[in-house]
Amino acid sequence: MPRIVVDVMPKPEILDPQGKAIVGSLPRLGFTAFSGVRQGKRFELTVDGEVTDAVLAQAREAAETLLSNPVIEDVVNVEVVADRP
Amino acid sequence: MTETPLIGAVSSTATGTPLTGARIGVVTFPGTLDDRDAARAVRLAGATAVDLWHGDTSLGDVDAVVIPGGFSYGDYLRAGAIARFAPMMGQIIKAANSDARLPVLGICNGFQILTESHLLPGSMVKNDHLKFICREQVLRVENNTTAWTNQYAAGEQITIVLKNQDGQYVADEKTLDELEGEGRVAFRYVGWNPNGSRRDIAGITNAAGNVVGLMPHPEHAVEPGFGPDHTGTDGLGFFTSVLAHLVGGKK
Amino acid sequence: MSQKFNIDTVEHAAATPDTELPWAELGLKRNEFDDVVKLLGRRPTAAELAMYSVMWSEHCSYKSSKVHLKQFGDKVTAEMKMDMLVGIGENAGVTNLGDGWAVTFKVESHNHPSFVEPYQGAATGIGGIVRDIISMGARPVAVMDPLRFGAIDHPDTARLVHGIVSGIGGYGNSLGLPNIGGEVVFDDVYQANPLVNALAVGVMRHEDIRLANASGVGNRVVLFGARTGGDGIGGASVLASESFDDTKPSKRPAVQVGDPFAEKVLIECCLELFKGSLVEGIQDLGAAGISCATSELASNGDGGMEVELTSVLLRDPTLTPGEILMSESQERMMAVVSPANAAAFEAVMDKWAVEYSWLGEVTDTGRLIINWDGATIVDVDPRTVAHEGPTYHRPFHRPEWLDGVQSNTFRASGTALPATGLELKAAVVELVSSPNMCDKSWVTNQYDRFVGGNTALAAPDDAGVIRVDEQTGMGVALSTDANGRYAYLDPYTGAQLALAESYRNVATAGAVPMAVTDCLNFGSPEDPEVMWQFAEAVRGLSDACMELGVPVTGGNVSLYNQTGSTPIHPTPVVGVLGKFDDVARRTPSGWREDGQAIYLLGTTADELDGSEFANLRGHLGGLPPRVDLARERELGQILINASRDGMVDAAHDLSEGGLAAALVESSLRYNTGARIALDEVAARDGVDVFTLLFSETQGRAIVAVPRSEEVRFNDMCTARRFPVARIGVVDAESGSLELQGQFSAPLDELREAHEGTLPKYFG
Repeated sequence: MPRIVVDVMPKPEILDPQGKAIVGSLPRLGFTAFSGVRQGKRFELTVDGEVTDAVLAQAREAAETLLSNPVIEDVVNVEVVADRP
Repeated sequence: MTETPLIGAVSSTATGTPLTGARIGVVTFPGTLDDRDAARAVRLAGATAVDLWHGDTSLGDVDAVVIPGGFSYGDYLRAGAIARFAPMMGQIIKAANSDARLPVLGICNGFQILTESHLLPGSMVKNDHLKFICREQVLRVENNTTAWTNQYAAGEQITIVLKNQDGQYVADEKTLDELEGEGRVAFRYVGWNPNGSRRDIAGITNAAGNVVGLMPHPEHAVEPGFGPDHTGTDGLGFFTSVLAHLVGGKK
Repeated sequence: MSQKFNIDTVEHAAATPDTELPWAELGLKRNEFDDVVKLLGRRPTAAELAMYSVMWSEHCSYKSSKVHLKQFGDKVTAEMKMDMLVGIGENAGVTNLGDGWAVTFKVESHNHPSFVEPYQGAATGIGGIVRDIISMGARPVAVMDPLRFGAIDHPDTARLVHGIVSGIGGYGNSLGLPNIGGEVVFDDVYQANPLVNALAVGVMRHEDIRLANASGVGNRVVLFGARTGGDGIGGASVLASESFDDTKPSKRPAVQVGDPFAEKVLIECCLELFKGSLVEGIQDLGAAGISCATSELASNGDGGMEVELTSVLLRDPTLTPGEILMSESQERMMAVVSPANAAAFEAVMDKWAVEYSWLGEVTDTGRLIINWDGATIVDVDPRTVAHEGPTYHRPFHRPEWLDGVQSNTFRASGTALPATGLELKAAVVELVSSPNMCDKSWVTNQYDRFVGGNTALAAPDDAGVIRVDEQTGMGVALSTDANGRYAYLDPYTGAQLALAESYRNVATAGAVPMAVTDCLNFGSPEDPEVMWQFAEAVRGLSDACMELGVPVTGGNVSLYNQTGSTPIHPTPVVGVLGKFDDVARRTPSGWREDGQAIYLLGTTADELDGSEFANLRGHLGGLPPRVDLARERELGQILINASRDGMVDAAHDLSEGGLAAALVESSLRYNTGARIALDEVAARDGVDVFTLLFSETQGRAIVAVPRSEEVRFNDMCTARRFPVARIGVVDAESGSLELQGQFSAPLDELREAHEGTLPKYFG
């Protein structure tokens, strides 16, 4: 069944404590190439049937209203992923 | 009136036994919360608590180690995932797996660190009800032969404190069957499973019985007046167990 | 460094007097802006404007409230001052506990941010009050949260309850601070303006007390903790000083996000600094951020400071100087360190992996100079920023509607009242399952009350009790209380009732009340009727503190709590701190020993106006219960002596919900029933059983007395001429609460009613 993937990230200007803690620990394990980490969320919405424009629009609205908190988060991606083989 | 035991009166505990000399390390990571409580429990059991700093690379001469609860590194990424790589953890993993079989107790976040370290199998995920929960919890002691449980009777029910956000113990069926088959389920929740843990598992042990991890907090139930129901001290047995183990064993 | 914006230097400001400045957008009034120009003798630079606007906001300057708040400092006797080591004006007051110990505590509001983003608003509320406590040199040891929400069944309430409770838990639990009490109240007056107050308490040795001042010319100024980002820019002035208007969401500034892990590290790191005596002065960064910290440190010290703003470590490199000065990024502290201690200071920072940057030094010029890449962008007298802001004598008058409200009594409303045993039982069950009186463990079970191993009592007991000294058992008790309905009916009495209840709760637990903190939540001070409520509440509270001999050591005012033109009920939250010589003597609120005698202390009058029962019937009118502070003091003495001398095993104060609520709560606490007979007491007091059960007359408590102590207990009450009546016995076998001649209610049924309400609404 097709799925719609929604990616949500903390707004750029908002503190991301999780990313901050991770970036702090990377160099201690020898991973020195990274100067920043921001941690977001990925949602997978399963659709029974075809992903029409209307369904996609619903997904976008759900992403903006429920899946993300517009006060502190941005929806950065809503896309359809093909059926798993 | 009914005599309320005087809080802080430690004379009734095991001080003065031959175990007084035992040195139990208590590890502090950034974000560790229950280190002072664990040290107090060690003292009330009659041993000496030794502070261990996550960044240090030596265990010194400790006879056993407690990895206390808290939110090491904020529990960011996954609970215990960052702490697991601390230099001190490297020493603890080595000593726990060595022939000397250093006794290690992981409580709550300490349990999560032990699973991330692969000293114990499985993992903890968010509670099934998605909320932090703090309550007085009844456990059944399923294995009373480990370094940390030998002062309990098999099947004994104890009440200690449960408090966590990510306390749901999960493992694949094969691992769970192995744990059950080998008697490595150390504690099970009684009455109500407070977080959706598989097979009501509250704590487990490794095969050798020196490494034990559990989500509930025995160190919050060691002193009359400050534990469950303002009276409970059921958690003290963990700390007297390890002292008995040290005396009966290699010491 | 490369500049991405034009820097408005002092020199430039002097040369361009006619430049239009956005003072109104930043929340300043015309007269206030004119004052700034007059003080400086020129137009302010953009950075200076930013500083003055946040520091002169209601939230930071107390400009509408300070003429009234003065009474807390004025109405104090020498005796009340005896144990006060640090009074109002510092980050938090400090009270002497003896044996070289001191305690500091304070309650603050985070109401408006919590409505916008409940989780982060509540979380950063905890963070802010905890940093206030650290700034005094103390180790924080516990928190409490008085909360008020809208109607329990309103669609938005679940969002706020879930967000705020999990925010408090998520932050407080991660700090390792037991949450030992608070309040949860539902009332539709708080629908679009929940009250999220946070109290923190800390302890220290006398020698560790630190103050927010920058002394010692040449000492260095350092900023440490989290980096500075765009959090809450304008929050102090815009968020806290203007009511919400749903039509302008764009006015909502960036939300502050809390990082409890960073705060926990900051706590440990600061305690290590104090232990090594490595800081001369310290100030947390809360509202108004660096503006507040620099101006307060400078004006409390030798009067001068010079800092370089480009040295501030930034999370967002695009911030302008003004934004950096206003940023409310969390988990930051500013300290003054002598050059000799700088290396040791840095070693502590490195140990805890805390970032820091040296910003400048203390001077004796009397000026606060802030430079940007060497060019001066702020040159002000710091006192004019921090302490000499505007003072308003806002007009106030008694609302005309109040007479109508006060004459509309519950009795006169003709509401049908329960009379038969069955009706009384139904009313008791209804009461204890009502949103305000139901069990709150759905909330408190999301908070860690055990961490630290020093919690001797916590919610639902009358007060939270924390051991301070493990050697002696010495410790403190804390309670917070307020009743918005009482204060609406009569703000003077309402504020006194809040103090009386909090005082009584602490004494009920067995502690000697010592000090008071308050969080005064009111509507808009620009509304003369609200201002009258505020003035009356402050007058009432300060009078009552004087009479009870407990000084206010610190607190907070939160105004503009309203949506549109409808203010909240005046809600003066009062926290009382008491002392135990040994917390082992604390008295829990539930009985559990079969056969112990249950006594009712105090008499009951017909006082149903403003009560929870009247509230259940949708009535709010009449006058609140009468206050008798002499009686409260006497009752307190009895409860404290009884606790100390082992005469009682359980005690519970009577307040909201009256005797009915107290009997049910004391029975359910340890699941132990009781047989109660009320006819004699009802006859003695000249009231019917319904009134005896539901009236909210003050100065009352129930206690459970072991048989062996009954004579001694009775003698004590008689000697003090305090009314006391034996109303029943603990019955551990029956599994029910029996009111003889009226009804018997199985504890299981009561428990289901009491505990089912919050899960029903919130899952």
